[in-house]
Amino acid sequence: MIENTKYTNKYNFAFIDEATKKEIRRKLLKAVAIPGHQVPYSSPEMPISRGWGTGGLHITLAVIGREDVFKIIDQGSDASVNACNLREFVNRMTGCKTTFDTTEATLIQTRHRITEEELTEKQIIVFQVPLPEPLRMVERYEYKTLQMHAEADYAKMYVSLYESYVRHGAIMEGAGYPVMVNGRYVMSPSPIPRWDIPNLNQAKTLFLFGAGREKRLYAVPPYTDVEPLEFEDVNFEIEDFSNSGCYKTGYKKAFLDEIYADDGGRKFVISDSNFLDKKMERQETRQYSNKYIDQLQAYDL
Amino acid sequence: MTFNQDNWLLRVRNLTKIYGEPNERTLAQTGPEFGSNICPETESIVACADISFDLYPGEVLGIVGESGSGKSTVVKMLYFDFEKTFGSAWLKPYNNGLIDILQESNQRKRYIRNNLMGMVYQNPRDGLNFGFSSGGNIAEKLIMAGQMNVGSIRARAADLLTKTEVPVQRMDHRPGTFSGGMQQRVQISKAIANNPPLLFLDEVTTGLDVSVQAKVLDLIRELQTTLGIAMIVVSHDLSVIRMLTDRVMVMKNGRIVESGLTDQILQDPQHEYSQLLVSSLL
Amino acid sequence: MNILEVNNLSKVFKLHILNNKKLEALADINFTMKEGEIIGLTGKSGSGKSSLMKCIYRTYLASSGEIIYGSKDGYLDLVKADDHRIIELRKNEINYCSQFLSVIPRVTAVDVVCENLFRIEKDKEAARAKAKQMLEQLALPGELFDAFPVTFSGGEQQRVNVARSIIASPRFLLIDEPTASLDARTKDVVIDMILSLKRNGTSVLCISHDEYALDRLCDRRIDLQFGRINEVEIVE
Repeated sequence: MIENTKYTNKYNFAFIDEATKKEIRRKLLKAVAIPGHQVPYSSPEMPISRGWGTGGLHITLAVIGREDVFKIIDQGSDASVNACNLREFVNRMTGCKTTFDTTEATLIQTRHRITEEELTEKQIIVFQVPLPEPLRMVERYEYKTLQMHAEADYAKMYVSLYESYVRHGAIMEGAGYPVMVNGRYVMSPSPIPRWDIPNLNQAKTLFLFGAGREKRLYAVPPYTDVEPLEFEDVNFEIEDFSNSGCYKTGYKKAFLDEIYADDGGRKFVISDSNFLDKKMERQETRQYSNKYIDQLQAYDL
Repeated sequence: MTFNQDNWLLRVRNLTKIYGEPNERTLAQTGPEFGSNICPETESIVACADISFDLYPGEVLGIVGESGSGKSTVVKMLYFDFEKTFGSAWLKPYNNGLIDILQESNQRKRYIRNNLMGMVYQNPRDGLNFGFSSGGNIAEKLIMAGQMNVGSIRARAADLLTKTEVPVQRMDHRPGTFSGGMQQRVQISKAIANNPPLLFLDEVTTGLDVSVQAKVLDLIRELQTTLGIAMIVVSHDLSVIRMLTDRVMVMKNGRIVESGLTDQILQDPQHEYSQLLVSSLL
Repeated sequence: MNILEVNNLSKVFKLHILNNKKLEALADINFTMKEGEIIGLTGKSGSGKSSLMKCIYRTYLASSGEIIYGSKDGYLDLVKADDHRIIELRKNEINYCSQFLSVIPRVTAVDVVCENLFRIEKDKEAARAKAKQMLEQLALPGELFDAFPVTFSGGEQQRVNVARSIIASPRFLLIDEPTASLDARTKDVVIDMILSLKRNGTSVLCISHDEYALDRLCDRRIDLQFGRINEVEIVE
């Protein structure tokens, strides 16, 4: 007798039905094939509202398997409300093991950060993206941005960087600094800090980006060139924490969060919570290295 | 330099723009003889038809006619703002004039626009991005042509603004805060930023005060003598045409009714319509 | 070598706005002009002198006949020549000095004079110096050099106009009433300037009512009457 499994569980494995998963996977394959190019996809209904990480969740649920070990961070932290809720959800819908440990995870979903520890070929990182279109701030019409991407017409993007330089003396794109992927498409890396941008370049890991509200997904395959847009004489720079340092560990070569104390004073702490834990326990870690971090003054515990 | 027939800069043949769905009799039933550019059968509108001319390096060609005569449509098609319906155009500096630029891909058209042409519109809002500073607007044109050095971009922008008498201190201000004449001069700076061999001017002084108008016309004349840029000047104003152009085409109902040397058209017009136009000159 | 050969030239204006009324301005004009010659065109007002000159300069389109011009690159018919060719000739060989200065707003007297010179003289200051020198010879008051000619008197505008048309030493000069409204001394200066152009090979066609100027300048005179040649007189 064929066992009727349809009603044994209330939901399909990983919540989304298989046909829709297949569709998302197909779009992901296309996205990987054209690095940095935004691919429209179905963006099915989720039990959370759009704009709360549905794009990331779609991708996570479409690619997750029973063997995967899942980690999710929100601005570097495993413990934020959004991360906790989504972790719980993925766990209940898949039964997959979850973890805080960056090295143990096989699938990591993230909002606004990349882990401080370098990821490997075995891992996939999924970004929740609020605004996938990097050209939106210079061009409000969708048909025009599509055309600009198609023709690699990015002059306006550069003009906005020029304007930022003229107004502030530096290019002040705080988060989501626009990048050129594989020498072809300008891509919004989601609002990650400038610190994380160089880590996208020639990485070992597959990066997947999902924007649920905008119904777009895109990807950066492993070992792909990802370069921040810059001028010959005005260059991209990462945040410099050499004057601050983490108040718990004194560490300076990681992205630091600024904390306001009750007395109005300011403190800095390592943003990546798992990395902070490991530093405090003096565990071995293997960080991303890039020319920007390497230039910073060496300082370690 | 001796005159050479093959030395043309821009060659245009049978350029035509029709809105709507024309039939094979549309062109034969419209034009100045019919006093209309609307086809009586199909109601399609012939904005301009059968426009053919050659422009030589450094030459200034005027297109004059009343509003709706199709004069702006001609330059906007050549600047790729509008798609042509029929016709061809060749530009000497682009592949030695062997390729019809109107048939090129959008990407190639953009290259031609950014490197070989400049356009000054009647309304500065069409030519300038009011969200960017005036320097940023000039930077846009330079970046589009592949300049990626902020220092040299700013030096060039300052140079252009000085040339067009816009105070350099206002380089980082948005053109929205400028007067109309100044906006127009910023637009001209942007248009000539890449030293294009060809510049289109579409009713550039319309709507400006007389004194401001004189300043803008002065600037254009100055560019003609110092840079030797070839220009196509579209205007309904015969005094502008007289002051700026060597040669002129008179348009009515989408067709060229007469073309010739500017002083000849003004003093010895042949066509009925040109005579009427000239006799209306104040 | 002939610089100009006019054969059976006629000009009829057809006025569409006046019920296609026809006005005959010139008929049966035939004459030749040798290189380096100065020909005076005389006749009453309305006899067609200016029309003939404008036909040669192509400001008017001749109705029939031909005007063969011996350019540096050979002969061509100015009636049928391409517009571009005419523009080229106007820039490099033929200059026309009308009776009235067509003023250009906001351009100084010196720059008006220099306009043709700027095309060949790249050093602007050298060109301006030359223009000033010429205006001095023509006794234009120095304080007017950098003023706008719109405000000038008739005689002052005339001097600017003459200076402007001869400064670049054209190969063929068409000049309309060069000495009208000038005092006797300046008149002589203008005549000397034109004669010095002639010595350098310029051919000149000159309209004038001034017997003194015609006597000093012309190798020949052509008298027009009702749009036809009345008489050709050779001045010895």
